[in-house]
Amino acid sequence: MAQLRLKHTAVKAIYSVIPKMVYKTHDYPYFSEDEAKMFANTTGIIERRVAATNVTASDMCFKAAQTLLEDMNCHHEIDLLVFVTQSPDYFLPASAAILQDKLGLPKTCMAFDVNLGCSGYVHGLLLANRYLQQGGLRKVLLLAGDKSTISTHEQDKTAFPLFGDAGSATLLEYDAKGKDWFFDAGTDGSGANAIIIEAGHSRMPYQSFDDQDIELAPGVVRSKKHLAIDGMAVFNFALKNVPKSINNVLDLAKIRTEQLDYLVLHQANQLITDSIRKKMNLPKEKCPSSIGNFGNTSSASIPLTLCSELSEALKKERLFLLLCGFGVGFSWASLLLSTHNVATKLLEYD
Amino acid sequence: MEIDDFIKAIEEEFDNLNPGDVSPNSVFRDMEGWSSMHALIFVALIDSKYDVLLNGEELKSCVTINDLFDITCLKLNGGAAKA
Repeated sequence: MAQLRLKHTAVKAIYSVIPKMVYKTHDYPYFSEDEAKMFANTTGIIERRVAATNVTASDMCFKAAQTLLEDMNCHHEIDLLVFVTQSPDYFLPASAAILQDKLGLPKTCMAFDVNLGCSGYVHGLLLANRYLQQGGLRKVLLLAGDKSTISTHEQDKTAFPLFGDAGSATLLEYDAKGKDWFFDAGTDGSGANAIIIEAGHSRMPYQSFDDQDIELAPGVVRSKKHLAIDGMAVFNFALKNVPKSINNVLDLAKIRTEQLDYLVLHQANQLITDSIRKKMNLPKEKCPSSIGNFGNTSSASIPLTLCSELSEALKKERLFLLLCGFGVGFSWASLLLSTHNVATKLLEYD
Repeated sequence: MEIDDFIKAIEEEFDNLNPGDVSPNSVFRDMEGWSSMHALIFVALIDSKYDVLLNGEELKSCVTINDLFDITCLKLNGGAAKA
C-alpha cells in the first residue's frame, strides 16, 4: 500500500509563473452565450492564461526557478532537479537536463523528468523527501508545469476552454527538526483512455496515422494528436478515489479534517472540487480555488493555487496543509504537511 | 426517498427550470441546450444529495427522470422506488 510517514523535509519557497495572455470563457467563439454561462458556472473558469507559441512549460518553470534561486541565493546547493511535466521540450533529452544547464546548476546535480500530470506535484514532493530524508542531499528544486493548450483543438468544447498554462518552482531542504509528513497515493490505469493524447509516441507514431480533424459530436472536433478528455469518467474517478485518499492520510496522521488549515486540491474544475469538499465536510474558505482565473493548469495547479490564494498565510503562519493531486492516468496522491515561513511569488511571463 | 423531492432538486439546480417544468416522464436530454455539462451536473447533484455516484454507462441507460430516479434508488440501498 502506497502510504508513508515522511521525515526531515521543509518547503522553503514556492514560485509560480503564468503567461500574460488572457483567454476569457465568454469570448470563446464556439460557445453560445448560454453555453459560456453554463460552462463558467459549472467549471468555475472565467478566464485562463495561455502561453505564446514559442513559450514552453520549461520556459515558464525556468523563469520561476531562476527568480527563486536569485532570491534565495542557493544555486550551488541544489543537488537534485525534478521536472514534473507532460509537455516536455523534446522527446529526448529530458527537459530537466536542459534546465540544469540553463539555470547554471552544478554538474554534480541530478536531474530528471517525471511524466505525470495533475497528480505530479504531490508525487514530486514525495520524491524530494525521499532524496532529502537521509540527510545526504542539501536542497531539491522541484519544477512542475505544463503547456496543455498546445494539445487541445480549438473546436473541441470539452477540452479547449478548460485548460490553462503555468509553471512553478518549489525549493525543499533537509530539516532535522521538521514535523512529519504523511502520504498516500494510488493508480488506476483502467482509466488511461479518459484523458489521452493518442498519437505521436511509439504506440501511434505520427507517420502511421491520418492526421485529420473529425467531428466526433456537435462541438467536439479533434484529431488523434489532440488531447481528449471524458469528463464523466474523470468525475467518477475523482469522487470514488480522492475522498478515500484524503481520509487515508488523515487516518495515518491520526488527525481530524477540522484540524486542517487548508485542503488544496488539484484545480480540475469547480464541480469536482466542490463535490470533494462537500464529501470532506469542509467550508469553502478552507478549500482555496484559483480555477476562475487560471483554468486547469495540470501539474502546476496546486503550487499556483498556493501562490495565488495562500501567499500571505504561507509567509506568516504555521500551516497544516493537505495537498491532493488527481487526474490523468488515472493517478492520485495526497500529502499532509506542515509549513512555516514559505516565500512565495506569482510572476507573469513576458 | 420520494420522486417529488428528486424533481424539486433538479428544478432548483437549473436556472432555466421553474417549479412544475419537470415530470417523471420528462426526457432529460430534451432539456433546452442539453450538453455533456448538463449530464455532469445531474451526476454531481445526485451524488451530493443522495451519495449515489452514477457512471456514464448508467446515465446512458436512462431516458426519463423516472429512469434516473429508479437507478438512484436501486444504487442507494437496493430498495424499490416510490413513484
